[in-house]
Amino acid sequence: MSMIRVENLHKSFGSTEILRGVSLDIEEGQITTIIGQSGTGKSVFFKHLIGILKPDQGRIWFHDTEVTAADTPTLVEVRTHFGYAFQGAALFDSMSVAENIAFPLREVLGVTDRKDTARRVGEMLDWIGLPGIEKKRPAELSGGMRKRVGVARALVTKPDVLLFDEPTTGLDPVLGETINDLVVRVNKELELTCVVITHDIQASFRISDKIAFLHEGLVAVEGTPKEVARSTHPIVRKFIENSFNELEV
Amino acid sequence: MKERIVTILEQFGLFFLFWMRSLGSVFRRPFRVRLILEQMERIGVESVPIIGLSSLAIGMIFSLQMVQLLQPFRAEIAVGTAVAVTLARELAPIITTLMLIGKNGSAMAAELGTMRVTEQIDAMETMSVDPIHFLTVPRVMACIVMFPMLTLMANVVGVFGAWVVAVWAMEVESATYLEQMFTVLRARDVLQGMLKAAVMGYMTAIICTFYGYHAENGAQGVGEASTKAVVSSSVAILVADYVMAMIFWG
Repeated sequence: MSMIRVENLHKSFGSTEILRGVSLDIEEGQITTIIGQSGTGKSVFFKHLIGILKPDQGRIWFHDTEVTAADTPTLVEVRTHFGYAFQGAALFDSMSVAENIAFPLREVLGVTDRKDTARRVGEMLDWIGLPGIEKKRPAELSGGMRKRVGVARALVTKPDVLLFDEPTTGLDPVLGETINDLVVRVNKELELTCVVITHDIQASFRISDKIAFLHEGLVAVEGTPKEVARSTHPIVRKFIENSFNELEV
Repeated sequence: MKERIVTILEQFGLFFLFWMRSLGSVFRRPFRVRLILEQMERIGVESVPIIGLSSLAIGMIFSLQMVQLLQPFRAEIAVGTAVAVTLARELAPIITTLMLIGKNGSAMAAELGTMRVTEQIDAMETMSVDPIHFLTVPRVMACIVMFPMLTLMANVVGVFGAWVVAVWAMEVESATYLEQMFTVLRARDVLQGMLKAAVMGYMTAIICTFYGYHAENGAQGVGEASTKAVVSSSVAILVADYVMAMIFWG
């Protein structure tokens, strides 16, 4: 059985239909990338996976737990298995880098030992390649550093799944590459299941085990990068051709 | 017109739900004492100069006007009583609350609004940390404690300002002035004024955090949330003040 199974997910906001029956299996230990045009409901889909949004119709399972039917204590337990790296990092402005990374340790896992917290924060910062920035404020960091600290905060509780929301958006190509490498390292070194939302189609073909193309609220095409590359779906073809033409230019 | 009514009803419904959630959160563990103390410092300690200055000015101006009005009737000795009772019952809680809405209420709405539009509140939700419990409750608790404290201070400073003007500038006789004031002013007046301040502090915190929590549409939305928070809480506390005045002294 898949680690995460999504069945016929529907969601509307007012009269606007965002998801119109998304079904997708996410396998354990893989990098699954969800690509698609802006406004196709990719972020909305993510928020359903961890139960922040309730679907109008459809079901989601995490292993044997039905997330869409879970009560609050079950949802809290399910969320401890997930980390969420936000598009803009979503670091708390009022806290230092160390306090940001320590936040889930203190608030989610209930770790109160200061030395242990400081050690784990230091380890995370070393792992993402940013040692010694504990006392800096988020406002003092560059976009790439903020994203990496956001990943460190998501990883510090040792989740099973890491959700990356547009990890390379707003970054220059070199920094974007660094973040893509980080996604691969999270998957290979920490053996985490990674789910990535991105517009960066070239990177998604390079790093993903599985790609799902979201179009008009539905998964239009899904499969391995090779299978998606061979797809004859017109929007998928257009998306791919535009991306790789840019590369050739 | 129909759409506008529906929107207003939706806002009331949303506010009611937010209020109920915050009420439920107040007594839920963990009790974040450090966050409450931080907010008490921001709302209370850091507001001492502005509240002190404004209440001193109000007391002095009030005293000047009252002496000029009462002198033709040789009743200027009653100025202390008038200032002290009016400050205790009405002016100190109202002035303190309005100043704090401008200084801290708008800041609460802007801070939470910025956290909303930059996904910081979403980040808390993904970690199963209740943002209302984490962000609203410490502000509510701090307001309930600090608004009355600052109101008490405003009473003392305002009365002192009035005494300075009456005795030093207008040559009213000090001993009789003070004796008359302490004879008429009751502890109940001061305590009821402080109780009003606590209620208005609670309303300010709930209304301002509500608008911040539900901010949307980037920087413009945060600005709108701050404006709505200041206007709504100012109107709400004035209405509440009248209702409480009717209950206490009506």
